[in-house]
Parts: sequence; C-alpha cells; structure tokens
Amino acid sequence: MNCGSDKVIYMDNNATTRIAPEVLEAMMPFLYDCYGNPSSMHTFGGQVGEAVEEARAKIADLIGADPQEIVFTSCGTESDSTAILSGLQTFPEQRHVVTTRVEHPAVKNLCESLTQLTGHKHRITRLMVEADGTLDLASYREALIEDTAIVSVMWANNETGVIFPVEEIAQMCRQRGITFHTDAVQAVGKLPINLNDSAIDMLSISGHKLHAPKGVGALYVRKGTKFSPFMIGGHQEKGRRAGTENVPGIIALGKACELAGQNMAEENTRVKELRDRLETELIKRIPDAKINGTIKQRTPNTSNISFANIEGESILLMLNEFGICASSGSACTSGSLEPSHVMRAMGVPFTMAHGSIRFSLSIYNSKEDIDEIIKQLPPIIERLRVLSPFS
Amino acid sequence: MWEYTDKVQQHFLNPHNVGELEKPSGTGDVGSLACGDALKLTIKVDDNEIITDAKFKTFGCASAIASSSVLTEIVKGMTIDEAARLTNEDIAEALGGLPKEKMHCSVMGREALEAAIADYRGVILPMAEGEVVCECFGVTDLEIIRAIKESELRSVEEITNFTKAGGGCGKCEDRLREILQQTVEGLAAEKIKPHKDQRMTTLQKIKKIEDVLEREIKPTLKKDGGDIELVDVDGDFVTVSLRGACSGCQQSQTTLKEYVEKKLREQVIDTLIVEEDK
Repeated sequence: MNCGSDKVIYMDNNATTRIAPEVLEAMMPFLYDCYGNPSSMHTFGGQVGEAVEEARAKIADLIGADPQEIVFTSCGTESDSTAILSGLQTFPEQRHVVTTRVEHPAVKNLCESLTQLTGHKHRITRLMVEADGTLDLASYREALIEDTAIVSVMWANNETGVIFPVEEIAQMCRQRGITFHTDAVQAVGKLPINLNDSAIDMLSISGHKLHAPKGVGALYVRKGTKFSPFMIGGHQEKGRRAGTENVPGIIALGKACELAGQNMAEENTRVKELRDRLETELIKRIPDAKINGTIKQRTPNTSNISFANIEGESILLMLNEFGICASSGSACTSGSLEPSHVMRAMGVPFTMAHGSIRFSLSIYNSKEDIDEIIKQLPPIIERLRVLSPFS
Repeated sequence: MWEYTDKVQQHFLNPHNVGELEKPSGTGDVGSLACGDALKLTIKVDDNEIITDAKFKTFGCASAIASSSVLTEIVKGMTIDEAARLTNEDIAEALGGLPKEKMHCSVMGREALEAAIADYRGVILPMAEGEVVCECFGVTDLEIIRAIKESELRSVEEITNFTKAGGGCGKCEDRLREILQQTVEGLAAEKIKPHKDQRMTTLQKIKKIEDVLEREIKPTLKKDGGDIELVDVDGDFVTVSLRGACSGCQQSQTTLKEYVEKKLREQVIDTLIVEEDK
C-alpha cells in the first residue's frame, strides 16, 4: 500500500510522527536477522538483550534518569495505566486521585473507570485550568489531602501545547509523601528533562510521538518508588512489565531518543520559528482568529488557532483537498457532539471552540510547508464564512 | 475519519444555492452556534404553491453543509405540500447515505424546511412548544417523539445520533429512556388495538422472557461460548447481562438488538426494548 507521504504537508505531529530514517535503519536488523529472545542464555539471544540495554541507556540519557528506572511498555496509554494503577495499588488505603480537566483520554478516561478496575470507590479531583490553559496552582495545593494516593498531571497538553509546571507540582507531592506521575508524551524530546534532579516519581513516554514507530512506549519509575506491575507474567523488565520485549520497537525508541536529544535545539529554534511564523501570518491574514493557550509556556511545535463562526471538520476537509494534515477540537471531529474537553475546560466560547484547528510541526517541516498553509487557509476560512449564517 | 459518500463530498466542496434569498416567501432558522451546527433556509414560493427557489447558509461540518445543499436541490420545483412530506431519510438518501452519527445533519435539514414552510403559511410549529428535554442542545420532547416514530429509533444512542439529545452532559438520558419507552409502547398500542389480550402482568412477562431466554436464546449463544442473564424488567425495558464470550464482544450490541430483542419481541411482546446492564 502506498499512502503518498511524500505528497502531504504533515502538520499533525502531536497525533503521530513519521519514523526517522535513522530510526528505521537502526531497528531493521531486529525485524529480521537479530530475532533472538533477549532473555535467552545463548549468545544469539543475549546480544539482542545487550542491544535492548543500550536502548534503555539512551532513553535514560534523554531524560536524565538511570537506565534501571526505565520500563518498556507498548505505548503511552499503557505507561499511564501502569503508573496510575500502581499508585493506587501500592497505597491501598488512600482513595483520592488528583488530575486535571485537560488530560489526554489515556489518563482522563482511566480516572473515570477506576472503580470498575480496582473495585474501590475513588474520589477524583479534576483541577480547573485558566482561560489561557494554565493550571491554577492555588487550587492544586488545596486539593492535596491525607487520602490522596496519586497525582497525575500532564507535562504538556496535546491540543494546545501548554506546559504545566510539573516540577513545582511534583515537589508539593513529595513534601506530602504522595506519588506523582506525569504523562510527558508531548514533552519528551521537545523540552529538556532532567529527572535526576526532580521530584517526579513516574513519567510516561510514547515512541510514535518522537519519530519511533507505534507500539512502543516507556515508563520512568524513580528508584525507590513503590511499584505494582500492570502486566503479569514472565520476569521481563525485572518483573515490572511481563511479556517478551518488542525488540525492534525498543531499539527504535532508543535511537529516536538519541536523535531527539541531538535535535532538541533545532526543535526549539527552527521549528519554533516556523510555528511562530505560521501563527503570525494566519492571524494577520484572517480576521476573527485567536490562538488558544498561553504563548508564554508552550511546546515549540504546537499551534492551536480558533476561527470564529465556522466549524473545524469543514476546515480540515478543505485543507485535506490540498494534502494538508491537521486536526481540530470541534465537536464533529471529537467523535462526540461537544467540542473537545480541553477547549471546554478553558472556557473557549462556542463561537470559537467549534472552529479550532491544531497544527503540530516536527523537524521534518519546511518553510515551504508553512508558505503553502498561509496561502491555502485564508481562502478556505473565507469560503466557509460565506456559507455560515453567523458571519 | 468519517466515511462520506462521493455525493456528500461533492455537495460539501461545491455546495449549490449558497446564500439568502431577498424577500423570501419563507425562512427557516434552526440550530445554533452552541450546538455546533445551524442552518438558515430561505424559500421562494409562487402563486401555484410551487417552490421556485431555495438558498441556504450553514454553519457545521461537511455533512451539515452537504445536507443543506442537497435539500435546496430537492425542494426546488416541489409544491409546498410535497415539500412538507419530505423526511430526513429522503435527504440522507439523496446523498447516498450518511454515517449514523451524522444523521442529525439530515434532521436539521428537514427541520429548517419545516420551519420555512410554517413561516410561509404563517403558522407556529408545534415542535417549539414542547418541553425542552436536552438542555445542552435545546431539543424538545416533541422533536424526540417524532424522531422515534419516523426513524423507528429503539435506543438512547440512536436518539442522540438523530436529534443530538443526550449528546452533551448526558443528564437527560433517563428522561430519554422514559420518552422512548412511552413512545414505543404508544406505537405498539396503536398497532394492536384490536387484540387487547396482549396485556400481561409483570410477573407473567418476566416468566415468559425467562422461558424464551432459557429455551432458545441461551443455547444459541452458548454455541459461540457466550451466555446471557436476565437482570431486570422495568415496564418494557429488559436489562440483560452478557456473559462469557459475549461480554466485551464488538458485535454484542448487534447480537442484543438483532437477535435477543427480536426473539423476545416475537415471542413475548413486540414492544420490548433490550438493553445491556452496564
């Protein structure tokens, strides 16, 4: 099957990313020649085990952790589930969970299903965000109580790119002896992270958000953190995650983390400049357009813009005609009938929420990509506004 | 990604009759920004009560725009009486079908047409006089009852797909169930008026349901490693719990509606609604 990746302008990197060519090259031998089981006694398998450990070290290196603190998983969602359920199981007396209103469904929906999973009733505090998407730290401080088992707050929001002060939040947890987890799938590789000097207990990573393939993730578990595994079975990952290792995926994640470390400067300069130029030009050319989320603390690759009085799915499908891939927080694309929970939590008015579009870049985007969007989007917005009874 | 037909794509990318007629004979304004879709339809009607022109303005997704566009094409040349008989299914059909989650777009088209016709005739639509059930989307009980009857809706989920009611905060779900139950019972009562003997006590009903479950349904499900248990009977609502291979099965909803409900309706009462215990 040919999907024509060379023909599209891919601006949906918060959804998933392309595999870096270097990553593909690194993982290829493990898809064919090096098929040994890393747990085997023989050299044929043992050498694969060594490659897995090298990958582990690379991941640890990117986030300033010890390799032994990295547990491989199948995806970001598994990392999130593992962390939160572990937090509850290791502190069975505590029944209170603190999270935010803007978490990814991997955390949000899990928190809504806890009773079903643990057999206990849990009280969930979902922290509000301000209109600019930032967290209200005062209410966070009040939310922490004796009964709090775990706090899970994302590092950077997938829809807006808004960054939360997770270190500060983690410190407050540590002072109270509460386990702190962060879903950092949108932050790893884009923002400098140093867990050696941090109060974060657990941190989720997803491979396909940083140019590794889908189907691999990792969970950082600080040394000394009480841990209860999610997958039960073999002794892999020192009993922290059973199941034969996804070796090609793990090797790929290792290489992707190594590359991300090398590319982080570019991500925060060239990619950020492209994003800023896209925003500035669109806002200049299109009336009644507004950026969602504070521009002061944002991941360098993400832009979320609302266009008043029109609907996001229509914008996306018209962009699609030009091969431009983006996403939207509108009702019609969220699969429900209401705009995204992030837009609602921020109190974005309906006039704007339905017409929100997210562009998320990567190092593979070029100036030409941005030029094309700046050229194609204004007439699309104009066309849809002519159709709209509200403008 | 939605699976839109070519027809939907065409009408979305090149919509027909966009705009607003000057001095229209009738105007239909439905939906709102809050709801995520809205349609303003204007029609011109001549002395012979024939719709000679129609234009639309729509805020919404591709299927909302396509539904509006195809609607203006359909009604042009129709008499007012013909247009009044148009259903949302007619609109969806003209587009070669719509994804089920998008059926409310065709309903919006029909509602706008109705509003425009009422405006032309100078009457007030009864729909607006109903009691608002879904506060999020401003849907009244009369609209819901009508959708249940016209599109033969049999679950709360279907009501949401067609009318959007219940698609917001979800607080009105119980009320929707109640309306569904009453409407379906009413429909059945109309059908079976000559045979009064179909009434039975709850106890008789439960016994009969259990009997059919044991005798026919359980053995069939067990063949596929599944099982079913009766949890509750409340009026016409039969709550069951799917066990074994059925629980968590992707097709379990189809099994429930197409097989279990059908069997129970055939053999107990044809107004029963089977739902899964969640």
